[in-house]
Amino acid sequence: MKTKLREFLQKIVAFLNRGRVPYFFSLGAIVLGFILVYLSPRSIPAFLVFAAAAGLPYFLTMNKAFKLALAVLVAVVLVPILGARNIFYLEVIFQIAVFSALALGLNIVVGFSGLLNFGYMAFYAVGAYLWAFFGSQQPFLLNAIPGTVPPGTQFFMAPDWFYLFIFLGIIVAAIVGLILGLPVLRVRGDYLAIITLGFGEIVRQLANNLDKPINLTNGPQGITPIQRPSLPEGVIKFFNNIFEPLVGRPVTVNQFYNILFYLIALVVVIVAIVITYRLDDSKMGRAWTAIREDELAATAMGIPANRLKLTAFAVGASFAGAMGVLFAASRTFVSPESFSFLQSVGVLTMVILGGIGSIPGVIIGATVVIILNLQVLQSFSLFLSQLRQSDAYIPIINFYWRDLSNQLDPSKYQRLVFGIILILMMIYRPAGIFPAARRQRELRKHPLDDGEAKAAAKGGPVNDAGQDPDTGSASATNVKENDHER
Amino acid sequence: MRNRYILVVMSLAVMGLLLAGCGAADPKVIKIATQSPLSGGMSAVGTDIKNGAQLAMEQLSGPLVAMGFKVELAAFDDQGNPDTGVANAKNIVSDPAILAIVGHYNSGVQIPASEEYHAAGLANVSPANTNPKVTERGYLEVSRICGRDDVQGAVGAQFANGKGIKSAYVLHDKTAYGQGIAEYFKRESETLGIKVLGFAGTEEKANFDSILSPILAAKPEVIYFGGMFDQAAVLFKQARQKGYMGMFLSDDGFDSSDAAKIGGAALLEGAGTYFSTVAGPAAAYPGTAKFQADFKAKFGGEPQPFAAQSYDSMAIVLKAIENAALAADKKMPARADVAKAVRALKDFPGITGTFTFNSKGDLAKAKYFIIQVTSGDPANWSQNKIDRILDIAPPQ
Amino acid sequence: MRRLIKSDALREIILPLGQMTVFVLGAGALFSAVMILFALLFRGSGADKLLLDTQGVNILFYTISNLPQVLIDGVTLGFVYAAIALGYTMVYGVLEFINFAHSEIFAIGAFAGVEFLILMDKIGLLAGAGTYGPYLYLTLALSIGMLTAGGVAVLIERAAYRPLRGAPRLVPLISAIGVSFALQDIIRLVESLTTGQFYRVIPTFGNFDERIPLFSFKTSSAPINVNIQVKSVIVIVAAMMMLVGLNYIVKATRLGKAIRSVAQDRNTAAIMGIGVNGIIAFTFLLGGALGGAAGVLYALKFTRIDPFVGFMPGMKAFTAAVLGGIGNLTGALLGGIILGMLESFAGAYLGTFTMGNFGSEYKDIIAFLILIIVIIFRPSGLLGEQISQKA
Repeated sequence: MKTKLREFLQKIVAFLNRGRVPYFFSLGAIVLGFILVYLSPRSIPAFLVFAAAAGLPYFLTMNKAFKLALAVLVAVVLVPILGARNIFYLEVIFQIAVFSALALGLNIVVGFSGLLNFGYMAFYAVGAYLWAFFGSQQPFLLNAIPGTVPPGTQFFMAPDWFYLFIFLGIIVAAIVGLILGLPVLRVRGDYLAIITLGFGEIVRQLANNLDKPINLTNGPQGITPIQRPSLPEGVIKFFNNIFEPLVGRPVTVNQFYNILFYLIALVVVIVAIVITYRLDDSKMGRAWTAIREDELAATAMGIPANRLKLTAFAVGASFAGAMGVLFAASRTFVSPESFSFLQSVGVLTMVILGGIGSIPGVIIGATVVIILNLQVLQSFSLFLSQLRQSDAYIPIINFYWRDLSNQLDPSKYQRLVFGIILILMMIYRPAGIFPAARRQRELRKHPLDDGEAKAAAKGGPVNDAGQDPDTGSASATNVKENDHER
Repeated sequence: MRNRYILVVMSLAVMGLLLAGCGAADPKVIKIATQSPLSGGMSAVGTDIKNGAQLAMEQLSGPLVAMGFKVELAAFDDQGNPDTGVANAKNIVSDPAILAIVGHYNSGVQIPASEEYHAAGLANVSPANTNPKVTERGYLEVSRICGRDDVQGAVGAQFANGKGIKSAYVLHDKTAYGQGIAEYFKRESETLGIKVLGFAGTEEKANFDSILSPILAAKPEVIYFGGMFDQAAVLFKQARQKGYMGMFLSDDGFDSSDAAKIGGAALLEGAGTYFSTVAGPAAAYPGTAKFQADFKAKFGGEPQPFAAQSYDSMAIVLKAIENAALAADKKMPARADVAKAVRALKDFPGITGTFTFNSKGDLAKAKYFIIQVTSGDPANWSQNKIDRILDIAPPQ
Repeated sequence: MRRLIKSDALREIILPLGQMTVFVLGAGALFSAVMILFALLFRGSGADKLLLDTQGVNILFYTISNLPQVLIDGVTLGFVYAAIALGYTMVYGVLEFINFAHSEIFAIGAFAGVEFLILMDKIGLLAGAGTYGPYLYLTLALSIGMLTAGGVAVLIERAAYRPLRGAPRLVPLISAIGVSFALQDIIRLVESLTTGQFYRVIPTFGNFDERIPLFSFKTSSAPINVNIQVKSVIVIVAAMMMLVGLNYIVKATRLGKAIRSVAQDRNTAAIMGIGVNGIIAFTFLLGGALGGAAGVLYALKFTRIDPFVGFMPGMKAFTAAVLGGIGNLTGALLGGIILGMLESFAGAYLGTFTMGNFGSEYKDIIAFLILIIVIIFRPSGLLGEQISQKA
C-alpha cells in the first residue's frame, strides 16, 4: 500500500515536472490561491493554499527567469494587494520574513559552523535598542524618571535616519557578536550552550536594569514612541491610484506602513538569502563545515578555526541586528520582554524544524512556526470557544460543547504542542522538514539502538538538493553516526 | 494523465469554494475580542482577565440578544509577547464582526497593539494597563478603567504619610507595572518628607533572602512593593520570618485572597499589611461579592487581580455597543460609533466603581481604597477593612 | 580507626562530608574576606557617607554586622542549587547531554510533595501532628516527590531520549527542550483542571518557620542577633544527606561501579555484561529523585510553586554544575555553594556599595559573568577534567 502511494506520488511529481506543465500549474495555483484569498480574506485555509502555491515554483523544474518573475509577481504585487485587504496576512508574512532572517542568521552559527547558540535574541535586542535609543526622545531623557517624558521633548533624529541605522545595526550587532565570540573560542560543545545562554540573559537584564544610574533603556517601561521612516503623501496616492479598484478601498497611511515594512523586511531577507547562499558555496562555507565536522582535522589542514568561528558569530549576529532595527521601527515600542530566552529557543526551533544547515529549510521552519503560532492554534481555539458558546453537541454521546472545560483550550497549550512537535521531529525526522543537501549526502548507514536499521537501510543518499522531499524522508531517519563517544 | 491533472485542479477549486463558503459572516453576529496572556508564566492573571470578560458577556449581553444580535467572545492569547499581540491585533482588526476589544495585561503589549486598534477605530477598554503612556497618546479608541501608576503610587505615599511614617524601603517586580507604581511612590514620598532608604527591583519569585538583608539592616518603617501578590506575599512572609515588624504596603496587584493563602498570619503581625486598590472590598460592595461568588461557581477558583476590572470592561463595552446599536436603529453599529459610545457613558455603574471617562480615556475620577488585611485566612479576604477612601482625578 | 576509614564504604561517607565542610568554610571565608576588603576600600566614599546618614553606621561595621546572616542565606541557597545540579551532572556524566527538562522534573517533584501535604492538610492530619508528626509528613512528602520525579524522569528517558541515543548531540538536546516545554504545560493542565489555578502554596505546619537563635553580639547601637530558620536547617541537612547518599551509591556500590563504567565507555561496558539501558534508566531515576527532593525542599523554603518554578533555579543549578565542572559530583557541590554565596553576597551588598545605582538586580548578571570568566580560564570548570574536543 505504502509503495503504491509512493509510486503514485512519484508519478505526480514526474508529471508536474514535465515540459510546460510546471509553468501552467504553478501560475494556475498562484492565481487560484490569490482568488481564494481575495474572495474570502479571512479564511485561513485559503491563505494556506496561497502560501503553498507561492512556495511551489521553488520545487518545480522551470526556467529560472520564469521562477524569478513569479516570485516578483507574488512578493511585490499580489501580497501587498491581499495585505491591504487584510492586514493580518501582511503581519503574518512580515513576521515570517523577520524570523526567516533571524533563522538564517542563527543557521550560519548553528547549522554551518556547528556552534550552539542559545542567546541569539541578544543581537536582535542590540539592533532594536540601537534604533529605539536614537530614533526616539530617549537621548534627551537620560536623567528623567523612567516612563516620563517632559512635554515638548523633541525627537533626537529625523525619521529617515532609519535607513542608515539598518546598516549601523548590522555593524553594531556584528561587533557585539565578535565580543561574544572572543571568550567563546576556547569553549566547546555544551559549555558553549550555557555561555551563550548566559550572555543572552545578561543582555536582556542589562536592558531591564539600565534605567539607572543613567536612564539609557527606560528599564522595564520600554522605549516608546519610536519613529518610523517618513512616507511622502505622493507614494500612498500613487499606490491608491493603481490599486484602489483591486483593494476595494483607499489605503490609509497606517496600513501603508505595514506594506512598507513588509517590503523592507523582504529586501533584508532577500539580501540575507543571497549572502547565505554565497557563503554556503564559498571557501568560507566549506571551512565552516570542516570545523563543524572535526575542528582538529580542520585546523591541521590549515583552516584558521578561530578567525572563522568569529566570522560566523559576526555574520549571524549582523542579520539579527538589521532585523532588530526594523522591529523597533515597525512596533514603535521596544521592551526587554521581547528578548527572553524563550524567544531564542523559538528561533532555534525554526532552524531545527526546517532543517539545520538548509537555507530553504530554515525559511520553511520559520513559516511553519509562525503560521502555527499565529493562525492555526489561535483559530482552532477561537473555533472551540465558538462551539462552546453555541448549542452544538456531539450527537451520539450527547456531549454539549458548552460543557467542555475551560482549561482545554489549545491556544493555552501552545508550548505543549511545540514541545511534542520538537520531540517527534527529533525522533522521526531529526534532519528537519527540508534537510540540507550537504547533510543528506553525508548521511551514512548506521543502525540505531532501537532497531530502526530497517528504515535506515532503505534510505540511501539522495541524489540532489532535496528536489524530492518524498524520498528525503527515508534517509532522514538515518541519523549521522554517533560522533561523541570516546 | 491529462485527466488526473484536471482532477487535481478541480479538487483544489472545490475545496477553495467550500472554504470561501465558510468565510461568509452572519451579519447579525457581534464579536468582542479579549487579548491577554493565556499561556506561559503570566497566564494565571491573563486567563482570569479572559474569564472575567466571559462572565460579564454571559450575564450582561441580554439587551443585545433581545435586539436580535448574537454576541460572541473571541479570546486571543497574546502570550505576553508584543509580536503575537500585534499580530492578533491585526487579526482582530480585520474581522468586521469584532466591535470592541477588552484587553491586555502587559502594557508592553497593549501599547504597540493599540496602535492597530487606533488605526482601525476599534474601541479598546483596558482592565489592567496602568502605564501612563497607554492614555497619554490621547487616542479616542483607548480607554482604561484601572488606575494609573502615577496616581496609585502617590496614593500609597500619601497614606503612609498620613500614618506618620518617616522612612520607607521601596521594591518592585521589574515589570512596567510594578516599577511604574514604585517610582511614583518614591517620588511622592520624597516630596512629603518620607526618607526613602532604598529602591530596588527584583525578578525573583521565591527567594528574597539576599534582598531582605539590606532592608532589615536599614530598618524602614514601611516596605512598599510595587507588583503582584504572588511576589509581594512571599516577600512579606519571608521578611516577617526574618524578624521585620514594620508595615507592608502594596498596590492593587496585591488584591487577591491568595495573598492571604501565601502570607497567612505573617501579614497581620507587627504594623500590619495595607494595599491600595480601585476595587472596593467585596463585603462593602454587593456587586463585588456577587461577582466573586459567580466567578468561583463558574471557573472553580478565586478571581485573580484584574478579573473584576475585566468584568467591568466588558460591561462597559456591551453597554456602549447597545447604545450605539440603538442609535443605529438596531443595526450593526459602526466601530467608530462604539468607540464614541464608550466615551459617552456617564456614571456607568460597575462592580469596581462608577465610571466616567475623561478626554484622554482615563477615569475622570477614580476612587482609591486603602485596605488593611485583617485576616490570614483566605476565606475572610472580602472582610478586609477599608482604612481610607480617596477620590482622585488623573493628572491632566 | 584507620582501618575503618580505609574501608571503601565509610570513606565515601566521610570524604564528601569533609569536602562540604571545606567548601562551605573556604567559600565563606573567601567571600567574607573579599567583602571586608571592599568595605575598607570604600571607607570615606559616598556610600559610606550615605550609610552614616541613613543608618548611623559606617560601611565596615555594616558589612561585618551583616556577614553572618548573609553567609547562612548563601549556604542554604547553595545547597539547594547543589541538590538540583546533581541531577544535571549525573545525566551529563553518563550520557554527555544536557537534560534540559531537569528543571521541570524538579517542578514535578515539588508539585507531588506539595499536593500530598495539601491533601494531608485538608484531611486535618497536619494540624494535630504534634512535635514530631510534621517531620514524618515532610519525610513522606519528600519521598513522594522523589518517587514521582524519578518515575517521570525514567519515563522521559524511555520516550524521548532513548530513541535518540547515538544521534548527533544537538538532537537529544532539542528533544529535551521539547520535553521541557511539554512538561510545563502538562503540569499546568493537570493542576488547573480541578481548581482553575495552577500554582500551589505549601501549607503552614510544624515549627519550620521558627528561628533558632545562634548567637548575638553587642554593638554600639542595637544588639545583632544571628539566627537560622528551622527550615533552612532542614534544607541543608536533607541536601547533605542526599549528596552523601548519592556519592556513596556512585562510588561505593556495585551499581555505582556499573554507572561509572557506562559513563566511561558504553560499548565496552555492554561487552562486559552491564545492561546499559537499565543503568541509564537508573541514572535518570537517581537524578530525577534528587531533583524531586530538591523541589519539595524548595517549596518548603520558599512557599509558592508554579509550573514555571523550575526555570530559574534550574538555570542557576546548571550554571553551578558547569562552574564546578559538569559530570563531576564534587564539582556540582562546589559550584552550587559558590553560586549560592555569590548571589547572597551580591544581593545583600551590591546596592549598598553602589548607593543604589547597581542594586541586587545585577546578581544574575554577576553570576553569569563569573561563569563566563571561569570557563574562559578553565574551560572544563573548576574541578572538571579536560574534555576531548569531540566530547
